[in-house]
Amino acid sequence: MKAFVRYSPLLLIALAWEISSRLGLVSTLTLPALSDVVAAWFDLAKSGDLVANAATSLWRGSIGLLLSIFVGGALGIGMAWWRPLNVLLGPLVELFYPMPKSALIPVTVLWLGFGDGSKILLIFLGCMLPVTIGAFNGARGCDRMLVWSVRSMGASRVRALWDVVLPSAAPELLNGIRSALALTFVLLVSSELIQARSGLGYLIGFLGGGGVYDAMFAVVLTVALLGFLADRLYLVAMRRVLIWRE
Amino acid sequence: MARVAQRAPWVSAIGWGAARFLPIGLLLAAWELLSHSGAVTPFMLPSIEAVVARIARDAGTGELAVNLGLTLYRSLLGFAIAAVAGIALGLFISRSAVVRWFFDPVISVGFPMPKIAFLPIVVLWLGFYDVSRITMVVSDAIFPVVTATIAGIQGVEREVLWSARNLGASERRLQWEIVLPAALPQILTGLQVALPIALIVDIVAEMIMGGYGIGGAMATASRFADSRGVFAGLVEIAIVGFCLVKAMMLVRRRLLLWHPEALDAANG
Repeated sequence: MKAFVRYSPLLLIALAWEISSRLGLVSTLTLPALSDVVAAWFDLAKSGDLVANAATSLWRGSIGLLLSIFVGGALGIGMAWWRPLNVLLGPLVELFYPMPKSALIPVTVLWLGFGDGSKILLIFLGCMLPVTIGAFNGARGCDRMLVWSVRSMGASRVRALWDVVLPSAAPELLNGIRSALALTFVLLVSSELIQARSGLGYLIGFLGGGGVYDAMFAVVLTVALLGFLADRLYLVAMRRVLIWRE
Repeated sequence: MARVAQRAPWVSAIGWGAARFLPIGLLLAAWELLSHSGAVTPFMLPSIEAVVARIARDAGTGELAVNLGLTLYRSLLGFAIAAVAGIALGLFISRSAVVRWFFDPVISVGFPMPKIAFLPIVVLWLGFYDVSRITMVVSDAIFPVVTATIAGIQGVEREVLWSARNLGASERRLQWEIVLPAALPQILTGLQVALPIALIVDIVAEMIMGGYGIGGAMATASRFADSRGVFAGLVEIAIVGFCLVKAMMLVRRRLLLWHPEALDAANG
């Protein structure tokens, strides 16, 4: 009941959408009725187009994001742990971090063509720096005293890194990964809309180009919902990982 | 800074300044060496002088000014609208329960959504004009501003509000002179998040919709396999992004001169 009251504005919007296109207040050419969109969604799901393209997109997104988490996280912690690495890479991170990541789309296409490779490279390059900065800020904020204590108690440098620095970097690192997750969807969909032969973004462009607007709306809403669900699942997982903080 | 105090301060300052530019120099040298080594084709990585020559040519013909101007106009106008509307919406949400009831779920569902997927729908409604691109920029950049404004206003200390009311401040003056300035640091953080988003979305919208603008020029270059054009666009937009983010940091420092954070920055 509480959730119903909380989310009722969304229902109101859905209702307003359905009524305005049913009553002809707006042209169904530009805004197909919500019920038609839902019907088109089931048709797409039955034909297998939706599932196949969604699988392609999610595969590209998760590989790119995982790569960026491992490389970006290692770089960030390394920069905080070992000063020469920070001197070497710090200015480059500062230089490339503000770059609008979408500008990399044509470059990755130049390098790797239209397939999976260019999307994975794009997501990896685009998402790496937010993770790096999160890991760096988190690891830099680690209490030196704790590191000294475990070292004096006989822990090796690697052990101290793993048991002390990594957990204390976790909150900021996980926040960095959360922005990388959002960025993954943005880069994925836009690169697929621009140059691709498969994936959800491609499907949106394909259906839109063919004038099948109810199906196009269905795919757009699917992408939006996937992005939302991914973020919510990530939040739940993040709270579990950070449960020791409270 | 105590560790380097043995040396004259300006010596270490120059040393650190050089150290900051060294990695960038190394990167440029690596680019130049790689592009001349024959390991990669000029198509995959054109040399620096070819890219610079291309930028200079575009600057000469005036193409650079047109593209740069359009990209800046779209992203900054979108950013400005998102900033004003976002702060206003944040204020309304904090003040009115009805507004909060309506917008709270809309924001919590809408923020994490990849709004760029709605671009074909916006084009369908508004056509291939600037208004579509700017609408996309606003719809993406407004979310961090609204959430930061709400969080900032929530963090305002009650005691300050009570004393201001006690001294006879009207609701209007309370908002302008107490609530907004007290929430300003967080609002500025939200704006600092929104600015790169505005640029990212504008570039994507230009690439998808074509036409002028740096993103549009890059998409055209990519379509004609003109790799110099693509890299020229990449360099231009990287410089623009860097300058805008730095400018935003300066604005923050100027606006928060009175805030303890400015003192921290001056000392550290």
